[in-house]
Amino acid sequence: MLRGWPVSEMAAHSAHPPGFAHQFETVEQQREAGTLGMWVFLVTEILFFGGMFTSYIIYRSLHLQSFIQGSHELIVRFGATNTAVLIFSSLTMALAIRSAQTGKSKGQIIFWLILTMILGATFIGIKLRFEWYRDYVEGLIPGVSWLDGGTHTPGVKMFMCFYFFMTGLHALHMVVGLGILTVLVIMTARNKFSSQYYSPLEISGLYWHFVDIVWIFLFPLLYLIGGRYPGS
Amino acid sequence: MSTATADLHDAPAEPGVNYLNASYGIRSWLLTFDHKRIGLLYLASITVMFLVGGIAAVLMRIHLVEPQGALFEPETYNKMFSTHGIIMVFFFLVPSIPATLGNFLIPLMIGARDVAFPKLNLMSWYIFITGAALALFATLSGGVDTGWTFYPPYSSHYSATNVTIVALGVFIAGFSSILTGLNFIVTIHKMRAPGMTWFRLPLFIWAMYATSLIFVLGTPVIAITLFLLGLERTLHVGIFDPAVGGDPLLFQHLFWFYSHPAVYIMILPGMGVVSELITAFSRKKIFGYSFVAFSSLSIAVISFIVWGHHMFVTGQSIYAGLVFSVLSFLVAIPSAVKVFNWTATLYRGSISYEAPMLYALGFIGLFTIGGLTGLFLASLATDVHLNGTYFIVAHFHYIMVGGAVMAYLGGIHYWWPKISGRMYPDLWARISAAIIFLGFNLTFFPQFMLGYLGMPRRYAVYPAEFQVLNVLSSAGASILGIGYVIPLIYLTWSMRYGPVAGPNPWKATGLEWTIPSPPPTENFAEIPVVTEDAYNYPVAEAHKYPDAPGVARV
Repeated sequence: MLRGWPVSEMAAHSAHPPGFAHQFETVEQQREAGTLGMWVFLVTEILFFGGMFTSYIIYRSLHLQSFIQGSHELIVRFGATNTAVLIFSSLTMALAIRSAQTGKSKGQIIFWLILTMILGATFIGIKLRFEWYRDYVEGLIPGVSWLDGGTHTPGVKMFMCFYFFMTGLHALHMVVGLGILTVLVIMTARNKFSSQYYSPLEISGLYWHFVDIVWIFLFPLLYLIGGRYPGS
Repeated sequence: MSTATADLHDAPAEPGVNYLNASYGIRSWLLTFDHKRIGLLYLASITVMFLVGGIAAVLMRIHLVEPQGALFEPETYNKMFSTHGIIMVFFFLVPSIPATLGNFLIPLMIGARDVAFPKLNLMSWYIFITGAALALFATLSGGVDTGWTFYPPYSSHYSATNVTIVALGVFIAGFSSILTGLNFIVTIHKMRAPGMTWFRLPLFIWAMYATSLIFVLGTPVIAITLFLLGLERTLHVGIFDPAVGGDPLLFQHLFWFYSHPAVYIMILPGMGVVSELITAFSRKKIFGYSFVAFSSLSIAVISFIVWGHHMFVTGQSIYAGLVFSVLSFLVAIPSAVKVFNWTATLYRGSISYEAPMLYALGFIGLFTIGGLTGLFLASLATDVHLNGTYFIVAHFHYIMVGGAVMAYLGGIHYWWPKISGRMYPDLWARISAAIIFLGFNLTFFPQFMLGYLGMPRRYAVYPAEFQVLNVLSSAGASILGIGYVIPLIYLTWSMRYGPVAGPNPWKATGLEWTIPSPPPTENFAEIPVVTEDAYNYPVAEAHKYPDAPGVARV
């Protein structure tokens, strides 16, 4: 995904360490460029999600009662479980980077990476099986499966729109993250990383944590705030 | 790649291996990671888009020769101006200077072997091509009639045209902008040669840096906005439909949050180019380097807080209108700083009038008119009168065509010897610069008058009393069109037949002029060490005018 990932053929011809790209003068310069590149990318992502969060907050203030009602259609225990799953996956991602940094065996790095992937897949699985599928059955997906009447008012439809846009976009980022993790596992298995060179792990970690943080904002915005817990 | 790349392989301009003759064949271009070749790929692709958008403009102007319209049904006319706007804004002006000259020059100017992420750079070109292909396909298979702004409900409920495909094309092309901006920011931060401090950078780099900030911060917002519009159209969920609680004004807010800064995406790189041209052809240090550098950054920052001036008459609160009006006036300050500093740089310089300089001087005049008429539109009361008229059309064309396109052409001419290794015929270049200047003013100055008299934009017909000014405008457009075709011909010709340029035909400063033309693939045999400021033109010349501002004193 990002330049700075190993170009193994080049390393064979020179004294440069593995993964060193020709346009850089030093390994340090390459590492800094990769990290800065990912941070700039994450800033872009913040603005990307930001447009959606802003729209959500504006419509929430315009249609407060409907959004509270819509929020009650969501099941907090699944959202909460997924929050825990994601936070734990950030820990395992950090441990994978730590293992590479401290020169642990590649088996250990792969263990943490795969555990991260399992947790990411668990998140998506819970979302699909227990939340989106149920919404589909109950006719809560605007434009796809929507039953008018009852609690399914137009305002609730608007809320559900945003719910699916926001969680869908987030889930898309999770899937991309799983793809990146797969590449990282393969690269680790091929001995690309060492305690001197592990910046792809570090940069991908930044991305993974970012996707987690987006969820940390989504969960209260969609599931928790607004009348579900009176008196709080 | 119709124009720029076809004949470049033949007869190297200078003996030795350069980026053009290092490898041959279509694959070596389509799979290249070389920033210089990628710049040329962009040059060829946006030239095609410029021709498409230009043809639409010419057809519109022919149509408007008659008050009742000479060519089209009103629906077709709507599609013409929509195509013209969408293609020109998203597929020509936004990528124009950054993706071509920026890609080509940034590593050369800062003393690097390439941009920080060459693969990402090539990927962004493919993304751009995908978006452009979708937009062209949508245009040819029925067109789109929303205008370039895609306002709902024109774009949601009341349009049966190819809105979704075009919006998808713009959405995709946006990621190309984001990746280019990301690449430039990292390159400028991390790839500068030893000694190339921030305040020794050419001002073109500062302008590209400011532009990249807008790419990275603004483009994702238009992406998500068009995404929401696409969902609205395909799923009919009512995000922008007031009937079910949506708000069409939200679209306008989100749209202009990107699209106003996008205006500065178009003009900032042009300002950077002009800073290079003015110094090179008056052989003087820029007057007030740091003011010019920081004015680029402040334009980028202010650009994000003025979007409401596009919505004075759309029902936003009057207090918001007041605030946006004041903030919009602020843009005039850094813009004026630039104009004054360029003028002060000219003062007692040894000025010569080669073709790039003609474009640069044209830019200063036309940009000033465009900028000052912008103040009319930033004032609430006059805007109510002028909004939605040809005054707006004239104003932003003075900025985008008189400003951005003039600077783009000036930059292409200035760096053409570096890009191709060949000189173009100077007389023809000067003639075409003059034709473009005259044709441009004849096209758009009457539109200021039309707008002030109340002729609304986007209409296929108009009252008969406006005919004289409309005919003048259409006549100017045909002259302008000829002015654009001439450089296309002689630049293509010069790639094979032009005289060899040598490394530094303008005797200009800057790292890009210290290496052969065309540059070798790795740019620099040894990474240079920079020991002096930008625009350090020989003091001997300046000593003729010891009291001139900006002259280096030793």
